[in-house]
Amino acid sequence: MARPQRFIDDEGKRLDGRKPDEIRPVKMQVGVLSNADGSALVEYGLTKVLAAVYGPKESQKSISLPDRASLRVRYHMAPFSTEERKNPAPSRREVELSKVLRESLEPIVITDYFPRTSIDIFIEVLQSDGGTRTVGATAASLALADAGIPMKALVAGVAIGKVDNVLIVDLNEVEDMYGDADMPIVAAPDLGQITLYQLNGVLSKEEFHNAIDMAMKVINKLVDIEKETLRNSYKEAGEE
Amino acid sequence: MSTTPFRVQIIPKIKKESYLNLYRKGQRADERDFYSPRKISIQTNVLEKANGSSLVKLGNTQVMAGIKIEPGEPFFDTPDQGVLQVHAELVPLASPQFEPGPPDENSIELARVIDRSLRDPKAVDLNSLVIRPGDKVWMIWLDLYILDYDGNLFDASMLAAMAALLTAKMPEYEELETGEIKISKNISNNPIKINKKVVTVTTAKVENYILVDPNLDEEIISDTKSVIAFDEQGNIVGAQKTGMGSLSQEEIDNIINVSSSAAQVYFKLLNDALKSEVKEEKGDK
Repeated sequence: MARPQRFIDDEGKRLDGRKPDEIRPVKMQVGVLSNADGSALVEYGLTKVLAAVYGPKESQKSISLPDRASLRVRYHMAPFSTEERKNPAPSRREVELSKVLRESLEPIVITDYFPRTSIDIFIEVLQSDGGTRTVGATAASLALADAGIPMKALVAGVAIGKVDNVLIVDLNEVEDMYGDADMPIVAAPDLGQITLYQLNGVLSKEEFHNAIDMAMKVINKLVDIEKETLRNSYKEAGEE
Repeated sequence: MSTTPFRVQIIPKIKKESYLNLYRKGQRADERDFYSPRKISIQTNVLEKANGSSLVKLGNTQVMAGIKIEPGEPFFDTPDQGVLQVHAELVPLASPQFEPGPPDENSIELARVIDRSLRDPKAVDLNSLVIRPGDKVWMIWLDLYILDYDGNLFDASMLAAMAALLTAKMPEYEELETGEIKISKNISNNPIKINKKVVTVTTAKVENYILVDPNLDEEIISDTKSVIAFDEQGNIVGAQKTGMGSLSQEEIDNIINVSSSAAQVYFKLLNDALKSEVKEEKGDK
């Protein structure tokens, strides 16, 4: 993949025809796996991420907490998810992302209902085209709700980037790789809380502020789609 | 797999209420105001065999940085750039919470945040580290060694990284007829080319208080932490929320403002330390 000459044309459209504040086509499905207590498949454009939740179940003694459930999160990329085959052994990147994703879910799960248990959340990137951790957060949020785990709110994620001096939402791979900034954000709009932010790149203070503002607007919409998806799944279950 | 921390120190949590009582009066337990870092000392060239080294004390937290520079092969997609590798070791002698073994998620996160905050603003001029394009380049190994842990590893590590990078010297070498690069034991007088200086500012959120440079107790009672990296022009060159809790938009705006002022304090101390370094060098001669 070569670096494009420019990312935004004279009409203000991005390489894939989107406007700067436009997200890729979003698809969400829940209950896609039979064994898991909860599961979800989420797509933003070509990025496809599957999440599964097991638990709460009795915790291993060594990690058990007396006053709350432990969360265990694994973010992992399938070997065929990337341009070149990815070694399936966990990379340093995956270790870090598992941590920040766990920390993005800790504030929304009501863990004190289930002392001495663990709730396992597996996030598998099936296809990667930018924004995998944010799609992973959205999928995990849906899978937790699908598993019936008590939550304070739903979260969703989106990445904000900067190309040709313009802030854009939901980077695809080219925009991520060659853009000037990549700022993944996960938030719970119903709580007005941001549960994950990272910045890879350079932004002014003002741009940083505007990036979060932009993300919150999109995350609001994404959480609405999550709610709709969950409602429909119950409707279907009722009809069966 | 990342698991909710289970080796949590309980005493600071019991003391949380008394800490909060102090915060309500605008004070911290170590008599700082909310926005001032602890006492900082920065020493450079603390090791003879490393190309660059430093020892930073931020309160009781101590981080040693060591730089080794070796010839190696460039990455396939960047044939005309040298390589910078940042690693962090949470050495078991630094804290009862650190266990021997391969790097855990905390040390990987620390190293990667430092690495990104140096890489994205192009703090180190990687283009200047080419020996033969596409074939031989210099690899800069920056190892951060946490020796004593009293909170805020990010800021101490970045100060140590910067101090070591700014005072490191390239190796002397010769190209053998076989094309191999042989480095001699002598270290040259050529510095690593640095484009810009970077510092990180860590803040802890404890209920609705934002505290710059949290010590270990403050980290343990905090809801969450933010690490914001700045260059000297005040641009944000990296950021990471770390820890379990969450932040509102207003809190993040506030954190950015508070952190950007604290960054100036760090830059001043870093520059002062480097100036005295230059003086000492001159004095020796």
